[in-house]
Amino acid sequence: MSQMQQSPMILQMLDIDKRFQGVHALNKTKLELRQGEVHALVGENGAGKSTLMKVLTGIYTADSGTILYNGEPVSFSGPKEAQEAGISIVHQELNLMNHLTAAQNIFIGRESKGFFLNDNTINGETQKLFDRLKLSFSPTNKVSSLTVGKQQMVEISKALSFNSNILILDEPTAALTDAEIHELFKTIQELREKGVTIVYISHRMDEIMEITDRITVMRDGQYIVTLNTSGTNLDEIINAMVGRTIYEEPKTASNVAPGTPVVLEVKGLRSREVKDVSFQLHRGEILGLAGLMGAGRTETARLIFGADPRDGGEIYKDGEKLNIHNPSDAVAAGIGYLSEDRKRYGLAFDLSVADNSVLAVLEKFTHSGFVNEGEIQETTDKYVRRINIKTPSIFQKVSKLSGGNQQKVIVAKWLIKDCDILIFDEPTRGIDVGTKSEIYKLMNELAAEGKSIIMISSELPEILRMSDRVVCMCEGRLTKILDIQDASQEIIMKYATQRN
Amino acid sequence: MVNSEKKGPDIQKLLAPAALVILYIFFCVFGQNFFSGSTLVSILDSTYYVGLMAFGITFVIVTGGIDLSIGTNMMMSALLGGYMLANGANIWLCLVCMVAIATVIGFINGTLISRLKLPPFIATLGVMMMTQGFGSIITRVQTQRFPSSFDENGAYKTIFYKTANGFPSGIVYMLVFFVVALVLLKKTRIGRYTYAIGSNEEAVRISGVNTIKWKTLVYVICGFFCGLASIVYAATYTTIIPGTGNGLEMNAIAAVIIGGTSMSGGVGTMSGTLIGALLMSVLKTGLMSMGLQGHYQTFFTGLVVILAVLLDIYRNKRAARV
Repeated sequence: MSQMQQSPMILQMLDIDKRFQGVHALNKTKLELRQGEVHALVGENGAGKSTLMKVLTGIYTADSGTILYNGEPVSFSGPKEAQEAGISIVHQELNLMNHLTAAQNIFIGRESKGFFLNDNTINGETQKLFDRLKLSFSPTNKVSSLTVGKQQMVEISKALSFNSNILILDEPTAALTDAEIHELFKTIQELREKGVTIVYISHRMDEIMEITDRITVMRDGQYIVTLNTSGTNLDEIINAMVGRTIYEEPKTASNVAPGTPVVLEVKGLRSREVKDVSFQLHRGEILGLAGLMGAGRTETARLIFGADPRDGGEIYKDGEKLNIHNPSDAVAAGIGYLSEDRKRYGLAFDLSVADNSVLAVLEKFTHSGFVNEGEIQETTDKYVRRINIKTPSIFQKVSKLSGGNQQKVIVAKWLIKDCDILIFDEPTRGIDVGTKSEIYKLMNELAAEGKSIIMISSELPEILRMSDRVVCMCEGRLTKILDIQDASQEIIMKYATQRN
Repeated sequence: MVNSEKKGPDIQKLLAPAALVILYIFFCVFGQNFFSGSTLVSILDSTYYVGLMAFGITFVIVTGGIDLSIGTNMMMSALLGGYMLANGANIWLCLVCMVAIATVIGFINGTLISRLKLPPFIATLGVMMMTQGFGSIITRVQTQRFPSSFDENGAYKTIFYKTANGFPSGIVYMLVFFVVALVLLKKTRIGRYTYAIGSNEEAVRISGVNTIKWKTLVYVICGFFCGLASIVYAATYTTIIPGTGNGLEMNAIAAVIIGGTSMSGGVGTMSGTLIGALLMSVLKTGLMSMGLQGHYQTFFTGLVVILAVLLDIYRNKRAARV
């Protein structure tokens, strides 16, 4: 990438400062982009990456600082103006209209100016974009009928349809399958060759090492350093991000002694997505569920938790057969589920930490029809301290907590409910590196106390670091159960792609 | 995962018309004198104003909103029109003013909701009460009368209600504006944004669309259709009583729901609404032909609303599982 060094600066954000009601979100931050580079923007959650991008695209206005675009000072009043100037952003959370078609989504706000709509034109334009990205679905597909990965590609197509000079991708791969990520990376390469500058925001370090030219690290709203990707390594980046070194070492041996009793056993679990899955979970064990998107891991967990109806199979706890038909049956049996989608399934966002913690066991704190607030606060306090939830008070709304601490509130909820089997579905998705290690620590402590954990994860280093045994799944089938000392990324991938 | 084309929509499209036809046949068999031209006309009589209001509020409901003020808005516009007439204004001017007044009320709703960020339920609840009260204040709670066919100014009834030889011209009036509503919703930008806002308003906003403007326009359209409804209401019933009108919005909302429009937004069709409105009128007239009074009609309409939505939920579940 030596010629990259000589490319002119296309964008300079200098001394950008932004405060929100006392919070110093951006503190004299800078970002400099060269024409045609893929530039990673990394930092822990709350480091200010998204805020900085929102300042750039005019969603927020900076309190002070300058933005130079092709050497000229600019200030956009909103995303539309930024787009028209050639700066597009694909947001982390999908911003699509489910009931509209792909083409209608891409051209929303840019329909023909006449009185009547002309969908043929936008379908044709969309097809051209899809051809360029080698997408196989039709512009007239309703977005609600597309997989999350394809929806993401609709967003990217939309950004490209503005003929952008600068394309900002905020966590673009969080919901994509490996094949889709591969296609996306090819697209990014092609765009770079055409001179498009790409800002790539991601928590996935392997991706950053693979496709970026330079990396800017932010921490606490401040600019830390810009590195050449080819001249740095993971330790240096993470060091810069968190200000300390974190080691991700795989487990070498199981923490579960031989002969430890089986707590949970599933036999021949079946549904539309799950095909005859059987395994055992021991006391104090962390069982990793590895596989690609669509392998049926979440679906298996949801069957155990009673969230979806099962077509067949049995679930035993401590040797006794369980009759689980809905989540409350599972909770009564001591099984707690931590969804990957905390927003949708895990928490009542507008309620406080205390209210969420006792939500599943309100009857415990209710005497002759009255809720005893004192007892609730006492119990919540105890668990907030025990699992180290960082919150200003137990009365804080959970929507105001960071992703990692929200995760902990759900853990507290299940612990208060006396659950001894916990299913963690993608526990660290969208969580920054520092909090990640705290979640790991918490899971290890829980296991050491004798709680049993099923952990679904798409990140193999996480599987290797946490699991005592690894269940590999592919297309709804269980393909292999590995002891941790026999597992490696390569072996797990082999079984995760082992089709019939 | 395969994004298989659902087979659902085709059956779904046929279901409501089929229900309408079956219900009509049912009453033809079991009702007295139901199968006749005059019954058909009386079915249509009560469809006009409910239908027109329902076309308007379909836009609102597809955005995920609600307008509770349509019934009283329609009635207030008619009252004010009648009041102008009583004070010597030209009948045609009165009719135009009725549409204008209702449209302004729609604009007020839209402004409260999209610009001032009031929840639609609260904004339109307030406007519902205010319009009901305002109509009574201006008319000093006096009943307003529109000319009947024999009066010198009765010509307007030929256009909006019935011709001298008994042809129900109101149906033409309603269908013309049905087509207008259909085209607006399916073929123009306001229609596209109506669905888009109902699907994901924030996404539309981030795409650079002025959602405040378009959402206001949705309520303006709804008000405009209330105005159209007030004309046909005046032409049909001629007597406008102050303090009435609330409750009528529920008939229009019921028609929209029976027609398959989702209260959570993003889904709905204008033809569904038309069928919903017709179905309610058939039910009303049919039950009367069986000797059952108005309260039976209310009861069964409620039942149909619940059945229609239950059916929809059940069908969506099936479609999701296949």
